[in-house]
Amino acid sequence: MLANLINGISLGSVYAIIALGYTMVYGIAKMLNFAHGDVIMVGGYVAFCSISYLGWPPALAVLASVFVCTILGIVIEGLAYKPLRNATSLAVLITAIGVSYFLQNAALLIWTSNTKVFPNVFANLPAIQLGGTQIAPVTIITVLANIIIMVALTLFTSKTKMGKAMRAVSEDKGAATLMGINVNRTISMTFAIGSGLAAIAGVLLCSAYPTLMPTTGAMPGIKAFTAAVFGGIGSIPGAMLGGVLLGVIEIFGKAYVSTQLSDAIVFAVLIIVLLVKPTGLLGRKIREKV
Amino acid sequence: MNFLKKIKKHTKVSFLNYGIVIAFYFIIQAVAVSGHLTNSLKGQLIPIVSYVIMALALNLVVGISGELSLGHAGFMSVGAFSGVVVSMSLAGSIPSTGLRLLCAIVVGALLAGIAGVIIGIPVLRLNGDYLAIVTLAFGEIIKNVLNCLYVGVDGAGLHMSFKDTASLNLAADGKILINGPMGATGVTKLSTFMAGTILLIVVLVIIQNLVNSRTGLAIMAIRDNRIAAEASGVPVTKHKLIAFVTSAAIAGAAGALYALNYSTIAPKKFDFNTSILVLVFVVLGGIGNMTGSIIAAALLTILPELLRKFADYRMLIYAIVLIVVMIATNNEKVRRFIADLKKKKKQEDAKNE
Repeated sequence: MLANLINGISLGSVYAIIALGYTMVYGIAKMLNFAHGDVIMVGGYVAFCSISYLGWPPALAVLASVFVCTILGIVIEGLAYKPLRNATSLAVLITAIGVSYFLQNAALLIWTSNTKVFPNVFANLPAIQLGGTQIAPVTIITVLANIIIMVALTLFTSKTKMGKAMRAVSEDKGAATLMGINVNRTISMTFAIGSGLAAIAGVLLCSAYPTLMPTTGAMPGIKAFTAAVFGGIGSIPGAMLGGVLLGVIEIFGKAYVSTQLSDAIVFAVLIIVLLVKPTGLLGRKIREKV
Repeated sequence: MNFLKKIKKHTKVSFLNYGIVIAFYFIIQAVAVSGHLTNSLKGQLIPIVSYVIMALALNLVVGISGELSLGHAGFMSVGAFSGVVVSMSLAGSIPSTGLRLLCAIVVGALLAGIAGVIIGIPVLRLNGDYLAIVTLAFGEIIKNVLNCLYVGVDGAGLHMSFKDTASLNLAADGKILINGPMGATGVTKLSTFMAGTILLIVVLVIIQNLVNSRTGLAIMAIRDNRIAAEASGVPVTKHKLIAFVTSAAIAGAAGALYALNYSTIAPKKFDFNTSILVLVFVVLGGIGNMTGSIIAAALLTILPELLRKFADYRMLIYAIVLIVVMIATNNEKVRRFIADLKKKKKQEDAKNE
């Protein structure tokens, strides 16, 4: 029971970090970035290569992975999404799907479809005993990373100038432009932060489930997106809450109901929540103007 | 010529679509008779027709009704597996393969339609991206449930279970039809290209008449401005549901046709990626444009086959084409550039005259 709860929180924390990327991009650019899950995969591969091939220490590998993904996020935004700033949301969605295909197939060409086994980054850290349950170091680091990121992001969006600009852009792009905010730079910045977070999530995900394939990011991406919607898309604490809840539900579904049906349970809970509260758990209700 | 001018524009478009389908059928037949039809293309014929039908079904929801559905593969798989069960369990009582295929398609369409009603009623209360994510969720749920579904048949009738094959309690002469994650195995192939073409024409008749009817106009009015349509007395939920359920039923029929072309078919085949694939057909063909859907679905199903030579790069090329087309058709600057080119050409034409 306790072990399941801890596992659930750990998996949920990974979802939460990914969901933060989704939620920030959605809040500001009003688009579903379907390629986000694949950025996680790229992050995982970069970390894998720098540890296994280059022999870098894990901390440096994580930094390299964050760096590459941040650049990747900015490049993707600039090349694929920026030209579509005023297009319909469906056009942007399809472009995002195109980017997702592109990343998956590029990864397939570079790293082939063979499964890579991610090295155990936290092998020399001790496990912790808690009431007879052993907690793996990955779990603790994941949860800690989650909390730190959450606090840092909340401070960033509420205290710094850039964070305020982000909130202003998400509220009203036109008015933000009039106030002298560089909307394009703000959106690029959001993508950079979101993709950097995806890299961290990629390393954590691969440490917990050490198989790496070009399609590794797809399912966690969809789940994290679900988590973001679950918690109320556009809201940072919502993404956190949604992610953790989703992880816990998934692990409990696996343990007590059926391994095969755990995904179905996760999605069923999402549907029920959306039907009762159509904007998610912590989402704001936007009134429709005629 | 006067007679041609009198025909309404949408009637012309409808007949153009029937013409394309019939022409395609006869061209393929002619090629087949002359012996130039390669085996790989022959194997692709029924998938092409199925995907064209899927694209038309999804276009009804995305283009005409204006709702983004990311779970249409779910309806396809409901149709596929119910079609397989029907065709296999009727094997003894109906000897005619054509009639059995018809039964399978009708039952597949009916069950997918019912699934459409069950999913549509809650889903269509939501808007925009939330609706998209819920259809995605339903698609995944259908896939997961089918992954755990075991169906068998014996003298006493159909047996169903969500646990394993042993719990089906089949009699000694019983046969397993659907085997969980392995899907349906040992299916008798019933689909023919001709049956597919007939189904495609029936689907075209249904969709085009629906779109050009009063109901179709109401559906499009809701798409263009929900609040204005509601204020004019158009029942919103009812019309959205009509489009959604029709689309689901057609997707089910396409699924039955598709599944009965293979001897084994697994639920995994109808996952999120399949939904996206069909969405890509619809968007590249032009949202709301049925002719575009037909052509895009057919071309893009054949394209990977033709690109076999570039095996490793073909999906990469596919992705780049997708992005470039979306940017080219939606970017204001590119659009203005093309509009300017057209204007210049017109001016030059005028000068030359």
